Amino acid sequence: MNVPVRQPVAGQRLMVVDCDIHPAYATPTALYEFLPQRWRDHWSTFGTFFRPPLIGQLPFPRMMAGGMRIDSFPDNGSPPGADLDLMRRQLLDACGVEVGMLIALSRGGMEERNLDFAAALSAAANDWQLHAWCEPEPRLRAAIVVPQEHTEHAVAEIERRSDNASFVQVLMSPRTADPLGNRRYWPIYAAAEAHNKPVALHVAGFSGGHSSTPTGWPTYYLQEHYAQATGMQSTLASLVFEGVFERFPKLKVVLIEGGFAWAPALCWRMDKAWERMRAEVPHLKRPPSEYVREHVWFTTQPIDEPDQPEHLVDIIKWIGWDKIMFSTDYPHWDFDDPAQVFAKLKLTGKEKAALFRENARAVYGLP
Amino acid sequence: MQASLAGAIDCDLHPPLPGVTGLLPHLSAYWRDQITNRYIDKLPFQLSSYPATSPLSARPDWRPAPGQKAGPEPIRTHVLDRWGLGLAILNPLHGAVALFNNDMAAALCSAVNDWVAKELLDAEPRLRASILLPVHDVELSLREIERLAPDRRFVQALFLAMGEAPLGRRVNWPLFAACQKHGLAVGIHAGSTYRHAPTYAGWPSYRVEDYVAQSGAFETQLLSLIAEGVFQTYPKLKVVLMESGLTWLPHFLWRTGKTWRGTRPEVPWVDRAPAEIVRENVRFTLQPVDAPRGEPEVLARVMEHLGSDNLILFSTDYPHWQFDGEEVLPAGLGRTTIKKMLVENALDTYLRLREGAAGERALSEETVP
Amino acid sequence: MSRRVLAKVSEVKPGAPKIVTAMGRQIGLFNVGGEYFALANRCPHMGAELCKGWIVGLVQSDAPGEYRVTRPGEFLRCPWHGWEFDIKTGQSWCDPKSVKARNFKVQVEPGSELVKGPYVAETFPVTVEEDYLVIDL
Repeated sequence: MNVPVRQPVAGQRLMVVDCDIHPAYATPTALYEFLPQRWRDHWSTFGTFFRPPLIGQLPFPRMMAGGMRIDSFPDNGSPPGADLDLMRRQLLDACGVEVGMLIALSRGGMEERNLDFAAALSAAANDWQLHAWCEPEPRLRAAIVVPQEHTEHAVAEIERRSDNASFVQVLMSPRTADPLGNRRYWPIYAAAEAHNKPVALHVAGFSGGHSSTPTGWPTYYLQEHYAQATGMQSTLASLVFEGVFERFPKLKVVLIEGGFAWAPALCWRMDKAWERMRAEVPHLKRPPSEYVREHVWFTTQPIDEPDQPEHLVDIIKWIGWDKIMFSTDYPHWDFDDPAQVFAKLKLTGKEKAALFRENARAVYGLP
Repeated sequence: MQASLAGAIDCDLHPPLPGVTGLLPHLSAYWRDQITNRYIDKLPFQLSSYPATSPLSARPDWRPAPGQKAGPEPIRTHVLDRWGLGLAILNPLHGAVALFNNDMAAALCSAVNDWVAKELLDAEPRLRASILLPVHDVELSLREIERLAPDRRFVQALFLAMGEAPLGRRVNWPLFAACQKHGLAVGIHAGSTYRHAPTYAGWPSYRVEDYVAQSGAFETQLLSLIAEGVFQTYPKLKVVLMESGLTWLPHFLWRTGKTWRGTRPEVPWVDRAPAEIVRENVRFTLQPVDAPRGEPEVLARVMEHLGSDNLILFSTDYPHWQFDGEEVLPAGLGRTTIKKMLVENALDTYLRLREGAAGERALSEETVP
Repeated sequence: MSRRVLAKVSEVKPGAPKIVTAMGRQIGLFNVGGEYFALANRCPHMGAELCKGWIVGLVQSDAPGEYRVTRPGEFLRCPWHGWEFDIKTGQSWCDPKSVKARNFKVQVEPGSELVKGPYVAETFPVTVEEDYLVIDL
């Protein structure tokens, strides 16, 4: 193995909280040991049952090595993100990650159509996160994976996991059957608020039954990738206009990997439309942007890179220096490295500390 | 002080349209029969995106008087004469485009277009119009473009932001070919035929959220046109996004520019960054401007992020309630931006505006602020 | 500045770059059709180990739906974000003026000349029988 490109120097290291790390299952059956026999049998016979047309793949094949950093494939043949030692070497140690937020996307039951199976999968995925990741590596924190279409189980899972300090937030897919502001999901928000867990919404490849854009399915991966940004905007608008933040005044929402540079324009747009149409939504007591300012945080990856870096500083200023949190998206191909990600922005030490560390510590109540 | 709008070209306004009964003279015997026997003439054909009574759909002082006959008069009084405009481009938002029977949709669209020509364009020389298309049928839409192209007062083909499939798809290319050939712009206006939910997670409960979702549809359509290679194939084509909100554009250019760098081999015909393509081929009407009220410096920064004075076309979005009183030009726009937006950018976009008396008049009055 | 002997010519095969360390810096050596090039093993974008990316051709198109692979073996795709770099110049395809990988001029020298000195060979002896890739660093 060659010498690492960047040799971290003790004492000069930037300590970071990474708000988006994807752990993977070492084998396709890694979850079996956390499932009752009934569901192992079901899985091995009928498989998981999602809405996209292909089994085990997305209809928009990704650009780079299945969406992974080429250098993130472990030597032992397991998938990227499955090998804790490699994750330590490439990410936790190399990037000075003090605390890393696991976002367990795959097979957590979020998209499973069979709701009982979804419930079993999410419980298993949560056990697996503890067993395979948080217990052996204290820098990692888990998110309580919930099957959002099975509200009752989602609430029970939050109740069951909340006392464990390794679980710092609740993870849902934003590509739900109904927009996330819909009242069917409110019991989940009530539980998250009651247990003081932020709700994390990470972009998702699987649809909840709707095309990825309001005018139908795109053609190319390039477009599907962008649809995450328009989709996340609609998710935020739904939470605001349906009155989620009015009903749950202590709820915190973290939008992960959906971008953030769109947020100011969306807030201006929502405020303007609300000004005209407020009689339709009297449950909103304040302009939409104020709810966003108070309740919503954004992660940085994939960072936008305007030709003039100071344009991105405008965006951060408009959203709020306390609302943006660094993330790498390890081991995915569009990884952001903390040593490079803000290098052109000319940030002060205080601003850097906020983005890399302090904002996340505040949101998640980290010691 | 508000810059003078004298001679300006309004690139997005919506004429009051007649009920179906008013369209009967422009329909064939078959469709007259169908429409009267099925009581289709009693149906409102109002797009769900723009309910007549909703505050967004009409400014209080621009609401049609009860029983008011559809015609050019309100546009003259409220817009053309009020600001001394040179030209105005009508975008008829008619519900015919949402029908599933494409033949019926096409017949009604043709009737609307003929009504617009006769009742509005003939009556008021400062008016131009977009061609209402039965957008879900390419062949019928193509036929309508070819039918109306000889009438030089039609300057654009009209699409809604949310349709059945993203517009860049190759199936639509004959329409783009025809538009390029005839010097017609492709206009995409806010609105939906609701073939899909307005968000990727389904249906919002409230109209206000539905309206907000329109900007996402514009982002989708713009990227579709770019990714599919429409502008490489039709390099002279101009696409105009109307009532899009505008300020989402810098993020769109940054994000698509970055993603393109890594995904370019998937769409190798996209041989330039999306921002370059947009600057050459795509324009945006002004209203509504989604920017914070009372903070002109913020809009000024957004304009710097856009980095071009060529992109915006002046519009009132009449009669939609996007601004009050005379404040059609939001504070924060620079002098050059305003100057180019009022006339020059429109003339560069809509080649047909340079033709004829009114076009020459607009040109000669290019001496705005 | 000194002449550094980085590798034997025979070690650097087309499509299989060799990454060496010189003065604490990683450099990728490439053989493109018998010509030799050297790039810093660091992507100018996000800092990935660039020379561990894929060696590819440049995909070009005359019209949507038509695909041509040109200049096979002359481009390097970054192992992270997939940006393409011209191995011969270090220039990125997407933004050749602003995004450029550091490149070094490589010379092929026979061992018989090199042994006359002066030179620095980091990790191996130079013999008169071999040809070597040399850069000034």
